[in-house]
Amino acid sequence: MPDDSNSLVACIPRLRRYARALVGDRTAADELVQDTMERGWHRLSTWRRGSEMRPWLFGLLHGLYAERQRHSPMTPPSAERLDMRDMQAALQQLPPEQREVLLLVALEEMRYEEVAEILQIPPGTVLSRLSRARERLRLVMLGQAPASPLKVVK
Amino acid sequence: MNPVTEADLQAWVDGKLELGRQADISSYLKNHPQEGERLRAYRQQNIALRAQYGPILDETIPRAMLRTRILSRWLWPMRRYAASVALMVSSAALGWVAHAYLAEQQLRAASPGPALAARALQAHAVYLPEVRHPVEVGADEQEHLTGWLSKRLGMPLQPPRLAPHGFDLVGGRILPGDTGPVAQIMYADAAGQRLTLYISAVQGEGRDTAFRYAQDGQVGVYYWIDGQWGYAVSGVLDKTTLARIARVVYEQL
Repeated sequence: MPDDSNSLVACIPRLRRYARALVGDRTAADELVQDTMERGWHRLSTWRRGSEMRPWLFGLLHGLYAERQRHSPMTPPSAERLDMRDMQAALQQLPPEQREVLLLVALEEMRYEEVAEILQIPPGTVLSRLSRARERLRLVMLGQAPASPLKVVK
Repeated sequence: MNPVTEADLQAWVDGKLELGRQADISSYLKNHPQEGERLRAYRQQNIALRAQYGPILDETIPRAMLRTRILSRWLWPMRRYAASVALMVSSAALGWVAHAYLAEQQLRAASPGPALAARALQAHAVYLPEVRHPVEVGADEQEHLTGWLSKRLGMPLQPPRLAPHGFDLVGGRILPGDTGPVAQIMYADAAGQRLTLYISAVQGEGRDTAFRYAQDGQVGVYYWIDGQWGYAVSGVLDKTTLARIARVVYEQL
């Protein structure tokens, strides 16, 4: 048990980094991690020993994030006020489902299969979302992003 | 050659391409310059993302995240039981808290090394793509460079000579750091591959560390702390070469 709680605590820095990039706002991101940790402590018994803890926790975090998105979807900052050098602002111009994939691959350096498992989507969808996210981010950084239809495309 | 797929290109961006596929993709990118530009922009995104968010890994973890509501959750139902049971459980709970506290201390003690590495990588990523102004003072003014860096850092600093190892001095710049001015000295090899040496004062003394290695995407960094100073050598080089250069730097400083 102490080993498990150690592993849990060891995941916090990466959860915080991911949440900060995903949500944008520090307080909101830390709240998300806090809730993830509580769920993690609570469900520690359901975690399969021997499997990696990080994807499991990221899955919990994603579940909580998706719940929040359903209740109060975040509105991205307007593109006109966007400082193009600001990666944080640029990221928020991506639809959440693209941002999640991009961050898990580019920031967390996860394999597509891990990302697919965390987000509960097929591996092929991981690739297509990744590809769209990178291109959109590139255009945003160049100031050429199309006026954004930031709707979730299922 | 098998046709190049989007999956290949995305794998190339993340440095996860199978070895056998490297040559195919390199020649594809050479023949499709626009694609090359697009994919290099994606690589820059990776570097920028890690540079921007990397330092979060070293932030002190809020106590609340370590403790969580587990205490109240456990203690509340126990109120009905005998005092001895409650005592037992609360000592167990205290154990948990103490444990979490220790974990926090361990994480904090892990700094300043990783923080140094993260800042060095960040500075490396920021100035790496600079074509026109990679440094403030160039190698052509070496005497001025030495005097200026030494004065700003408050210690004698002679840029190490790495020319025998294929890296010529490009110059240096002073950057703001948490503990005062920080020096970044840049080198480049014949192919234009850049290497940076990052020197920063660290808080606390007697924390000498061995060489440590960290990697962020393709950029590797060897870092160590020697007395009051932290040093980091970063570059897109294989681990062995980088280690050799870090050792040369260490011997000369």
